[in-house]
Amino acid sequence: MGYIKKNRDFHEARWDEPFIMEMGNPGERGILLPQASDEVKEISGDLSDLIPEGLRRKRAPKLPQLSQMQVLRHYMRLSQETLGTDINIDIGLGTCTMKYSPKVHEQLVRMEKLQEVHPCQDESTVQGILEIMYQDEQYLKAISGMAKVSLQPAGGSQAIFANVQTIRAYFEEKGEGKLRDEIITTILSHPANPGTAATLGYKVITLYPDENGLPDIEALKAAVSGRTAALMITNPEDTGIYNDRIRQFVDIVHEVGGLCVYDQANLNGVFGLTRARDAGFDMCHYNLHKSFSSPHGCQGPGAGAQCVSEKLAKYVAAPVVEFDGEKYYLDYARPDSIGKLRAFYGVPPVLVRTYAYIRSLGADGMKQIAELSILNNNYLIQKLLKIKGLSMPFAKGRFRMEQARLSWQELTEETGVTTDDICRRIVDYGFQDYFTSHHPRVLLQPFTPEPVETYSKDDIDEFAAAFAAIADEAYTAPEIVKSAPHKAALGARIQEECLTEWEKFATTWRAYKKLQ
Amino acid sequence: MKRIGLIVNPIAGIGGKTGLKGSDGEEVFREAIARGAVMESPKKAFATVQILKASEAFVDVYTWPGKMGEDICKEAGLRCTVPAGYTDTGSRTTSEDTVRAAKELVKAGSELILFAGGDGTARDIMDAVGTGVPVLGIPAGCKIHSGVYALNPRRAGDLAVKYAQGKVRETKEAEVMDIDEAQFRNGKVQSRLYGYLKIPGEGGMVQNIKCGSTGGGRESIERLYDYMADTWDRKALYIIGGGSTTAGIMKRMNLSNTLLGVDLVYGGQVLALDCTEQDILRIMERYEKVKILITVIGGQGYLFGRGNQQISAKVIRRVGKENIIVAASQEKMLSFLGKNIYVDTGDEETDKYLAGYMRIITGYGEYAVIKVSN
Repeated sequence: MGYIKKNRDFHEARWDEPFIMEMGNPGERGILLPQASDEVKEISGDLSDLIPEGLRRKRAPKLPQLSQMQVLRHYMRLSQETLGTDINIDIGLGTCTMKYSPKVHEQLVRMEKLQEVHPCQDESTVQGILEIMYQDEQYLKAISGMAKVSLQPAGGSQAIFANVQTIRAYFEEKGEGKLRDEIITTILSHPANPGTAATLGYKVITLYPDENGLPDIEALKAAVSGRTAALMITNPEDTGIYNDRIRQFVDIVHEVGGLCVYDQANLNGVFGLTRARDAGFDMCHYNLHKSFSSPHGCQGPGAGAQCVSEKLAKYVAAPVVEFDGEKYYLDYARPDSIGKLRAFYGVPPVLVRTYAYIRSLGADGMKQIAELSILNNNYLIQKLLKIKGLSMPFAKGRFRMEQARLSWQELTEETGVTTDDICRRIVDYGFQDYFTSHHPRVLLQPFTPEPVETYSKDDIDEFAAAFAAIADEAYTAPEIVKSAPHKAALGARIQEECLTEWEKFATTWRAYKKLQ
Repeated sequence: MKRIGLIVNPIAGIGGKTGLKGSDGEEVFREAIARGAVMESPKKAFATVQILKASEAFVDVYTWPGKMGEDICKEAGLRCTVPAGYTDTGSRTTSEDTVRAAKELVKAGSELILFAGGDGTARDIMDAVGTGVPVLGIPAGCKIHSGVYALNPRRAGDLAVKYAQGKVRETKEAEVMDIDEAQFRNGKVQSRLYGYLKIPGEGGMVQNIKCGSTGGGRESIERLYDYMADTWDRKALYIIGGGSTTAGIMKRMNLSNTLLGVDLVYGGQVLALDCTEQDILRIMERYEKVKILITVIGGQGYLFGRGNQQISAKVIRRVGKENIIVAASQEKMLSFLGKNIYVDTGDEETDKYLAGYMRIITGYGEYAVIKVSN
């Protein structure tokens, strides 16, 4: 096979760069605007007069003052201190589906035609983007088997939220709103499911796995009742285990009159192989930035799709794009809709990439995504499980789909090195730190890789070799791992308390200054 | 730098490999020695001491003479102090030695007590320090049912160092359980909840930075207390079982309670503390609506029959299955993953009646559905 580099002697740039707010000196400027000539001044008057009195700032904003060169240098340095999908093998961020986002799609979304579109433009002038959105909706209907799609959600959790709102609207109309106050989920479904259900006032009933590693079906039978509003479930779950009794789960809930919602944030394991509606689900959602390929992470830009069956079609988030045979338009006249979730409609760059992705792959291509993801994952698991101290303790012998939750527990017990230590050490090898687990950590010392469809055998070999090397260090020189990172941009460990202690929490410069 | 107290119960675990299932009592000790037992406990604690030695700059070790700690510290080359006026008690130490050592080491300013032993030692430590000072067990005994131990001796050292460095600052209460050794030797496992010790809480299930989750187990248990208080039925008599979870609920409601006993509450008032079965049966007569509020007792996962025998089969039958409320944190429920939750009321019919799937309150309006076995 190809060239597999096992030790790159990686060292990231380390600039110890200050915040841009701390840089520069009073009076330094990036652009010096020429003074208006006297003639112009005479006609236009004073600059500040151009702004209506009520809109004028009383004090100038506290912006940093520095030259163009300093600004350029600052951001170039920061760019050298990042890792990610475009610079190395990003298999570690399991559940995030870090597949390759084709660069030709970036050219499409960076075209002026898209960049200069404004949401307040008249519909007649934005027929192109509306058509793309409309086509996306049609494709997603075919992929999910559902009857109606809304692209209004700005991300996955908002799409799940829209689905819970739809549950509520459906039962309220039936006069069962007060009665149906329970939503059932599983401990290994994404936490946004119980989270959104609780946000909208539902009691959350959680099923735990049985001895096979699947959600306990007997527990489901005991849990359902006339109070059940819905089942909200992920499949395959975070462990990568596919619930082959899913149809029975759906039937049990339908028998008591409840709805079934499929969390398909990550579609990769079943892309083109199964459809939510075919398993009887009433709703599902997609994180379009994940399975349908957009560069993502660092909070965006994402896009969610809410997909529902015929009987729930009238409730979806408004507006939706419709076509009257001549033109595309945004349909707001939906009296039963759960309404708007946010300003405007959809996230156009992600929706354009989704369209391009679907068109370039076709039905056969989509099926290959799932097949390659599963194949890659099972090859990776075989490689990783040869590493001392790493195991896949949960549901032994059961097949894993597109990802797997592994555990460093043995290594931790034997060496004291934890998964969080390894997560920092892997950065010294040039790989982005990896994903451990969603909350809660059902498996101790977790590690959840997901090699998606885009990585080659050589990539997977190189990735696995780095973890083998770290495990070796853990057994021979554990301090190296425990005190990592050593070669990353950040030389010091981040004090994690800053994220768990509200009083030390700041997301803006102004808030940060207040803490000083 | 933090002052760490180290206590080794040198005879802990001596009965293990010789098949004696414990080391409590003089006769068993002699039998173990006769069968050729060697002292395993100091060896295990030595692995912990080696970790402390590697981070000597952060720890100021205070310990007890001879086999109770000083010997292994010297062997590892770890600087340590022994409180003045105490001499080596030899190999045959007793419970009293452990209790005295713990009290003195706390008096000497220890901010964490590391102890090597088993469930019997944990009980002695509890008698000596209560929940005043955090402690951490080095697993070295035959019986390890309590939740106060590190996974292994090396991890005990790691956690102690992290605590000394201030990297781990939280503490949590963990159960001290023990079984009756005489019964155990006859093939019966009957564990009891004796009380609680405070341990440094690293929280294996608390999220790391990536997920942006704030707060760990502690925050969610507070929400569980809130939920119980908000949904309290003031027209029902509550029979409240022991444990720190139910104690937390009572505290939230500003009600006094006994940690290990059974208390009765009606409306906003405590009717009786630390009741016997007879007390419960007598008082519940007067109330139309009666509920039982219990938690899952850790270690072996019992709802009834461990530490709450006062809530007898008779009481349970009168209250009815539908009026039993079980509250336990999600973290606790996850610790039973792959294991069973049991009932053992002493009455087979009642155990059968209780078996099956049950809802357990795990947070604010959050439930787990769990299989209960008889």
